[in-house]
Amino acid sequence: MQAFRIEIENRVEDPRGDAFLQKIQSTGLPVSRIQTTDVYTVAREFPDEAKEKIGQALVNPVYESFSLDEPDLGRSFDWAVEIGFLPGVTDNVGRTVVETIEDLLKVKFDPHTEGVFSSVLLYISGAGVTQADAEKIGWSFANPMIQRVGVRSHEEFLSNGGMETVVPQVSLQTDHLTADEIDLEISDEALAALGKKGIQNPDGTSRGPLALSLLYLKTIRDYFRTEGRNPTDVELESIAQTWSEHCRHTIFANPIDAHDKGIFKTFIRKATEDIRKKKGKDDFCVSVFKDNSGGIIFDKDWVVTDKMETHNSPSALDPFGGAMTGIVGVNRDCLGYGRGARPVINRYGFCTGDPQKEISLFRRKDKKDPALQPREILDGVVAGVNEGGNQSGIPTPQGFTFFDDRYAGKPLVFAGTVGLIPRKLDGTDSSEKSAVPGDKIIVAGGRVGVDGIHGATFSSEGLDEGSPATAVQIGDPITQKKLSDAVVRELREGGFIHSVHDCGAGGISGTIGELGSEAGGFEVFLDRVPLKYPNLAPWQIWISESQERMTFSVPPKKVDEFVQILKKRGVEATIVGEFTDSGRGVIHFGDQKVFDLDLDFLATGWPREQLKSKKQTPISHPPKLLDISDFSTEILSLLSRPNVASNEWISQQYDHEVQGGSVIKPLQGPGRVNGAASVVRPVLDSQKALVLSQSLGARATELDAFRMASGAIDDCVGAAVAAGADVSHLAIMDNFCWCSSDEPERLGQLLETARACYDTATAYGTPFISGKDSMFNDFKGFDAEGHPVKISVPPTLLISALGVIPDAAHTQTIDFKFAGDKIFLIGETAPEFGGSEFAAAHELAQSAVPVVDPETSLARFQQIFASHQRDLFTAIQHVGIGGLASALAKACIGGQMGAHVDLSSASSDLRVALFSESKSRFLVSVAPDREEEFQTMFPDARLLGEVGGEDLVIAGVDPIAVSDLDKKYRGTFGKF
Amino acid sequence: MNPTAIVLGGFGINSEDETTWALNDAGCDARYVHVQDLIDDPKILDNTHILVFPGGFSYGDHTGSGKALSNVLLNNIGDPILKFIQRDTLTLGICNGFQVLVALGLVPALDEKYGERQAGLLKNKTNRFVCRYVHLRSVSQKCVWTQGIEKLYLPVAHGEGNFYLPDDQLDQLKKNDQIVFQYTDAHGRLAKGQFPTNPNGAVRDIAGVCDPSGRILGLMPHPERGMFSTNLPEFGRMKEEARRAGLSLPEATENRKIFQNAAKYFG
Repeated sequence: MQAFRIEIENRVEDPRGDAFLQKIQSTGLPVSRIQTTDVYTVAREFPDEAKEKIGQALVNPVYESFSLDEPDLGRSFDWAVEIGFLPGVTDNVGRTVVETIEDLLKVKFDPHTEGVFSSVLLYISGAGVTQADAEKIGWSFANPMIQRVGVRSHEEFLSNGGMETVVPQVSLQTDHLTADEIDLEISDEALAALGKKGIQNPDGTSRGPLALSLLYLKTIRDYFRTEGRNPTDVELESIAQTWSEHCRHTIFANPIDAHDKGIFKTFIRKATEDIRKKKGKDDFCVSVFKDNSGGIIFDKDWVVTDKMETHNSPSALDPFGGAMTGIVGVNRDCLGYGRGARPVINRYGFCTGDPQKEISLFRRKDKKDPALQPREILDGVVAGVNEGGNQSGIPTPQGFTFFDDRYAGKPLVFAGTVGLIPRKLDGTDSSEKSAVPGDKIIVAGGRVGVDGIHGATFSSEGLDEGSPATAVQIGDPITQKKLSDAVVRELREGGFIHSVHDCGAGGISGTIGELGSEAGGFEVFLDRVPLKYPNLAPWQIWISESQERMTFSVPPKKVDEFVQILKKRGVEATIVGEFTDSGRGVIHFGDQKVFDLDLDFLATGWPREQLKSKKQTPISHPPKLLDISDFSTEILSLLSRPNVASNEWISQQYDHEVQGGSVIKPLQGPGRVNGAASVVRPVLDSQKALVLSQSLGARATELDAFRMASGAIDDCVGAAVAAGADVSHLAIMDNFCWCSSDEPERLGQLLETARACYDTATAYGTPFISGKDSMFNDFKGFDAEGHPVKISVPPTLLISALGVIPDAAHTQTIDFKFAGDKIFLIGETAPEFGGSEFAAAHELAQSAVPVVDPETSLARFQQIFASHQRDLFTAIQHVGIGGLASALAKACIGGQMGAHVDLSSASSDLRVALFSESKSRFLVSVAPDREEEFQTMFPDARLLGEVGGEDLVIAGVDPIAVSDLDKKYRGTFGKF
Repeated sequence: MNPTAIVLGGFGINSEDETTWALNDAGCDARYVHVQDLIDDPKILDNTHILVFPGGFSYGDHTGSGKALSNVLLNNIGDPILKFIQRDTLTLGICNGFQVLVALGLVPALDEKYGERQAGLLKNKTNRFVCRYVHLRSVSQKCVWTQGIEKLYLPVAHGEGNFYLPDDQLDQLKKNDQIVFQYTDAHGRLAKGQFPTNPNGAVRDIAGVCDPSGRILGLMPHPERGMFSTNLPEFGRMKEEARRAGLSLPEATENRKIFQNAAKYFG
């Protein structure tokens, strides 16, 4: 293939080069300058004048110049380093250049043989920089999972006339494009090996994990005995996807101990059922647990939906791509609610190792295949949500980070999306959907490649050296935005969509399977699926997780118009088959029937396994507190701890204002402190608003899982209530990120967590509307000395809340605002330190976890909501991580003003008053003229003192200047 | 009769709904039009008074913000757009829309050279996307969109907002009264390039410019995202200040004036 290079340089300034330089200089390498240029390698033949025209279209001549295959040989530098993509990796910039050229010259690129590939070229100056240094510099901006780095010295650059022209096109072998029969009539040992390693290719390599246990494989073998044959590889791979822990949530579904119906039905769904029954006509749930997102009533016209996903395993390997596909993927869970909800709010959560530390882990012995450093993972996931969220035009006001070195092997990456949909579409309930026999199966969005193959089975296992690189994907938010606009603006009304599902784990094998179950059967012609490059085997097409795709069930008379509309909006849509009522799923590939399965077997035939847990004995010791001689230093050092310090560097790079409904933002007060809740008006014509909050339980799980979980729900609801939420119109979601879930101890912790979820949610009347679990967040590898290590995440529960309030104006932020306002603490402070930040800071011996008294809490939440309706508070903050010390400091930093307080009414022990993490407490300020009114509402509240001055003055503690608090709070991530 | 406004959407544009809302609230008849539909039927412009390029990420900012969309427009409907702006019409570009206007050469169009790329919106000096509220002072007498506006307080959200124009042309821009908005601190003092008061490093703190006629405005900040006092970061303080003063806080902010000026122009 003829290819030419267009190199584009910004003549005026190069902030990217400056940022690269700054990062490299901080590592101590003797680099004095880095200049960067953009390179587009165009793999298609064009006459010279056309090339010139293309170059002109790609620059703004005021500040940019281009060159065509003519590198600047007069440039002064020591090393040239080029970073490009590996074959098959999504190249969004390259795709835009293709579209630009196609429109400019009215030509068409052949997607299989032609294309444009983007890369970045770094010209590095520095006298002592060696070849190894130059390579290291390249890799510090590249990830070997998805990128290549090419290095040339100045001399090599001159003698070769520039850099190498690299066309990263995929070429797959063509000799094996049929479905294979897989013999299951083999020994148990061989079956077990098949489940673990996957199907073998003719050359002896393995295709990647099926993650099927022996029991599962025997069940599959028994089924195929009734069919009188062996399965094809397409069938076996498809069953493995469908039955994976990732898709089927077998650990939540299987009977455990005496709970025959399993954890999900016994605790989580039961909580929602019982709450809905009790609420009666006040029940606000619309669609829970059954669709891609959960939905609750917003007002008489609108439903709001919510969903929180995890994307942990992909983010461990490629944090940028993993987090980006995480956020863009969960946007599709929103679009896939009912007949299409519009994404209106994104949220995120990142758990990694401490990014200030170097933690060396390897996937293979002898220091091979290193795991990414916490800082690399954090930078990558932050950038991934930046690109995915910002480009999609969805505000991202709500999120958090949590650091613990047990996330160093496998990070947790949470991504969530709130949606908005009319209660009725075409006159019927918008949540209703069902594929109908005779409907056409349409796959719309991106094309299919080998990317993401085995994502579902891979996520269902721990990370180790066998983890497949093809599981890595990069998102394409713009293609998805086009699809999203078309669905929401033009397709969800007018009888186009009988049903729709998002292609997530398992790709179309998942969506067509689900839709096929609705209809009662399907028939698919796999060779109609558009491919990124030729020669994919049928099993690959069927289970690929290539991004930005959704599957629609469209009535035949609407099909042409449906496809036409999408085409006009720049989205490819393909009819790949038809839904039937045969009870079977049938797939053809050319002349070969590659799949013919009973859909009931596929959907429900997985074998139930009785799980056994070992009951956890909660830690009940009282805390052993150390003596504190200098409280002011202690408070300052608490503020600089990564889990307390400012996240402004993240909040500020996520667009939280788009769509125009932002009320309470991620950074609050003139001092811009991170809050724990946000408020958004999703409908500009309505004063009604949504309140969002999140809370993570992790550190306390191994001490007392029940209290961890009740505490997480209490913190989450409390944070929402502080901002203005009404607990009577508030829904929650659960995300369990567990580890080693085949061990009875872990299952015991899981069971206690689920029990607390039921008890606390029903006490508050806050139903679960959606949830997700990820059960094997374990890393198996080697440390720097080559010793095998297993690092498991702390069993983690994320609770996310979505509440509806009547008026966005009756909300309040956490910062102190007026000197002279009275400061009160609502709620009781006890010596409770189990799992606290203070305990972690001082590595205290394990002690009892803070307890929740749901009845008292609920009454308090209701009273606070009533007070908000009268705008009684001038500042309010739910007391969370870091206790009252952190809350007071943040209120002062946020307001950029001091306070005088005496905490003895909270506790006679200053250590307890400042650092205990007792639940259901609120720090508030109240105007002096409303003190009496406040005390009538909250007779038990403790008066702590008064806002004012430039210092935080706590009785018994040396005064601390607010500017010093501010410095500590911002210092930790100030350079991130 | 209310003036007709069209707000372009599609291909990664994303602020069309709130922008349409703002125009309708101001008394225009505004509607969303997909870029492809305008390309297919450019006659839509004949009956249009106001053309708005809203914020967003057209084509993902790939190859430089605004460039890919402006190429599509130039290749297909460059002439109808030039004809439109030569009539007595109004054109607005917000954020990505401003980047598109610059790439189309509709602003600053010094010496009335409409269609010539003269300026640029470069990467933020921090090399990072930034979302935060900024203060602007309004300095143009001729700009139709900003009549009666002295200052604004509204959010920016962009990765490429660093306005650039060669030095000599900057003087011409100023002389022509085409500098519309500049970044200031809360007290109205010029940012002098200091981050975050000037969020992107724009030369002479320029946040918005107009064409020589004053009818075409491009600006980086988003007035359509700050239309309600509940949008303002200080809302919690402002409502309490109003209570203490015995006043009630108005629901609308100054930012709506931009859109009201457009409606008034045809009133």
